[in-house]
Amino acid sequence: MRYAETGFNLEVDLTRGSIERGATDPRETELYLGGLGTNAKILWDRVLPEVEPFSPDNLLIFAAGLLCGTPATGCNRTIVSTISPQTELMAFSMMGGFWAQELKYAGYDKVIIRGKSPNLVYLWINNDKVEIRDASHLQGKGAIETEELIRQELKEPKAQVAAIGLAGENRVYFASIEQGRGSASRGGIGAVMGDKGLKAIAVRGTGDVNIARPDEFLELCNEVLEYIKVREEKPIPGVMPILAGLGSPQEMRIQDEKWHTESFMWGNSRHRRKDFWTEDVEKAWTETMENARTRLISCYNCPMKCAATISMPGVQTYMMKCFSKLTYTMAAMSDLEFGLKIAQRATEYGVDAFSTPQVMAFALELYENNILTENDMRGLPSDNEERFYWLLDRIVRREGIGDVLANGTYWAAKEIGKGAKEYAHNNIKKHEQMPLKLSMLNPIYFLMYSTGEKINITQIEGQFPQMPFPTREEREEFVKDWFQVPDEKFKQYFLDWELRGENSFPYYPTVEMCCDIVDWQERMHYIDDAIGMCSGLSSFPLKPPYHIHNYPKFISSGAGIDMDEAKLTQAAKRYRTLVRAINIRRGMRRKDEKPPENHWKKRFPELEKKLLDEYYKLKGWNNEGIPTKESLHELGLDYVSEDFLQRGILKESEDTPSKEASSETGK
Amino acid sequence: MQKGETVVREKKKKTVKIIKVDLDKCNGCRACEVACSAFHSSPKYSSNNPARSRIRVIHEPLRDVYVPIRAGDYTPAECTGRHTYTINEKEYDECSFCGVSCPSRDVFKEPDSGLPLKCDMCESDPPLAEPMCVQWCLADALTYEEREEEAEEEEKREEMEIGLESLANKYGLQKLMDTIARMSISKKGLEHKVKEED
Repeated sequence: MRYAETGFNLEVDLTRGSIERGATDPRETELYLGGLGTNAKILWDRVLPEVEPFSPDNLLIFAAGLLCGTPATGCNRTIVSTISPQTELMAFSMMGGFWAQELKYAGYDKVIIRGKSPNLVYLWINNDKVEIRDASHLQGKGAIETEELIRQELKEPKAQVAAIGLAGENRVYFASIEQGRGSASRGGIGAVMGDKGLKAIAVRGTGDVNIARPDEFLELCNEVLEYIKVREEKPIPGVMPILAGLGSPQEMRIQDEKWHTESFMWGNSRHRRKDFWTEDVEKAWTETMENARTRLISCYNCPMKCAATISMPGVQTYMMKCFSKLTYTMAAMSDLEFGLKIAQRATEYGVDAFSTPQVMAFALELYENNILTENDMRGLPSDNEERFYWLLDRIVRREGIGDVLANGTYWAAKEIGKGAKEYAHNNIKKHEQMPLKLSMLNPIYFLMYSTGEKINITQIEGQFPQMPFPTREEREEFVKDWFQVPDEKFKQYFLDWELRGENSFPYYPTVEMCCDIVDWQERMHYIDDAIGMCSGLSSFPLKPPYHIHNYPKFISSGAGIDMDEAKLTQAAKRYRTLVRAINIRRGMRRKDEKPPENHWKKRFPELEKKLLDEYYKLKGWNNEGIPTKESLHELGLDYVSEDFLQRGILKESEDTPSKEASSETGK
Repeated sequence: MQKGETVVREKKKKTVKIIKVDLDKCNGCRACEVACSAFHSSPKYSSNNPARSRIRVIHEPLRDVYVPIRAGDYTPAECTGRHTYTINEKEYDECSFCGVSCPSRDVFKEPDSGLPLKCDMCESDPPLAEPMCVQWCLADALTYEEREEEAEEEEKREEMEIGLESLANKYGLQKLMDTIARMSISKKGLEHKVKEED
């Protein structure tokens, strides 16, 4: 018997209209865990670097994490992996909600979609019965609207539906896949779904998910629940409100937005408004939120309340979570009411709430600077807020200038020319980033931004405080019950870290310490993404209930796979390296690994070079960021090095980089 | 039963177990369903499947309907007409509050066999401090209470009387009496036999 996982994947070929159920190899689970890990293995094996994102040969994989469907609190993530049309690299966006465990209860760990349907269809997975159904009547319908229509049509109110809106159908490069309160947004995976002619996947399952060692597993779950209570009662002092507690974070619950509104940039990631959060603003925004928010809500089997149902006058009720609360507001230099209202339309269209507002603000900046002309923007309203609605409609419909903007700021700037590139200033690997522009280089974040292949900082950072605490007493207090650290040395790193003086940015934490910290942060995110755990209870917050010490026990007692910290660390390293290998094979190199040039005012090219050099070494990559033959061998990934040798990516005798590429870093 | 008999009968205390539901606190996470189905799997916690849970969250987020209901008794008959309730401007249909396992819907039935499910307040030996659904509801939408209630034993009798009456109505009083007599004889016979073996 298989534990935690079902041991079966669904293989759906939309070109042929075929559906197969295939047993998986338990040894693969042991090596790559599940979720992201096994997704990466499938993409490596079956999607060669020549395959374009919009080719029928590109795969779109919906995976339930290894422990989804077990009683492990907060383990509810669906990991969607494909090749992104925007970055042309591997995208592995994820969503919470109720979909992943329903898939497990239906009897599958993954749905692997290949091919393209000539007409718009949706997939209906009802336990053993799986069918491809016509979706022509759903064409152009909103994502949330589609979910409801499908449930009604199937007469199955308990079906969980993941759907795309018009943006996905029209292959907008930042289209999302929506699922009630969750959405897999980054990297344009909704566009791949639309390209395949797949409007939605509906699932209903009534089967069991088995646990290998039940009493032990339940005991661990209870410990997590108890610790959540402890953390809820004891917020961490001295950090911004959203980082004091657990959650992804709980943006809908927390009203104090001083930190976001004053530290993050407004408009096209341009303007910092240091005195924005006045009492009047706080009062007005709190009132807006309280009127709009019908209820704080959770994902499956999780006590956190990160999402909310939002009802704004004149628009359909919808569900929102996280920072989409402010992205539209801040891009438009408007207020919360505007942000909550336009986000409803954006959710129905199914677009990413980070990229979309930025693309729109970018377009308006180009217009103000006469790069986009009256002619390009024919019909643009004069009212600022109306302009955002207008742009959103054009982009999602790919009408006029919208057709260009729908490819994101990087590709749009390229197409527009005339110096537009300077305005697409907030990208990493062609992907729009958080609107942050800061002063002093943060060496930890430098590494995360540069090397993170999720290409989204919130999905890489966490665990380690973002800033030093002012006094030693506060730091001592913090490390007292910091048992989550994988090694005691992290406590010392933090204790000695000061706001000013010798032990401060950019030279402290030292290069070596930064590498250790980032490696730990990344490892925890990668484990979450294979397990299906929400980072809001694990890798993102400070002092989370899930950590490197209890994860091996969860995996052993839940999935029946012998696991300890070393083996888990090695497994995470294995599929993390495989993700890199996929991207290396698609052409990613060191030159692509850099934060936006204006992310920090004070840059230190020498230090940055050293950081990257040392981090690559720690990861077992050569100076180009390519995993070396030795490190691949150590991870049991000889098949990767064989492929690299064959393609000339690695040479038999040398693992050293070409001079030309390494000189491009640290500019 | 003779009149006046209840006067001499002592009043007995019994413990009533209550799960209180606060709809406003429910955040729709369905942890109650997870915990319930895990507890009732065999061996305990060896599997998990909300379709087997004896508590369900009736859940329509866009209408803001969040109602955890527990499985009650089985009924072979559907309701004739169904009411709709409006509470705080929210519309609920009657099924939202109904814990009965019935032919008109598929809740509270074992997914494989279709047999009805019923909440047993997680009775076990040793007993749990609180039923699992309550323990796992960190939102405190579900809270547990035990209340001592005084009950007369007479009530029990009446219940039995009602039961017997319905049997009598169905099979006739004579047949019922014959059956009871036969049962009592065979039981005595059995006891006799056991004694002999001793």
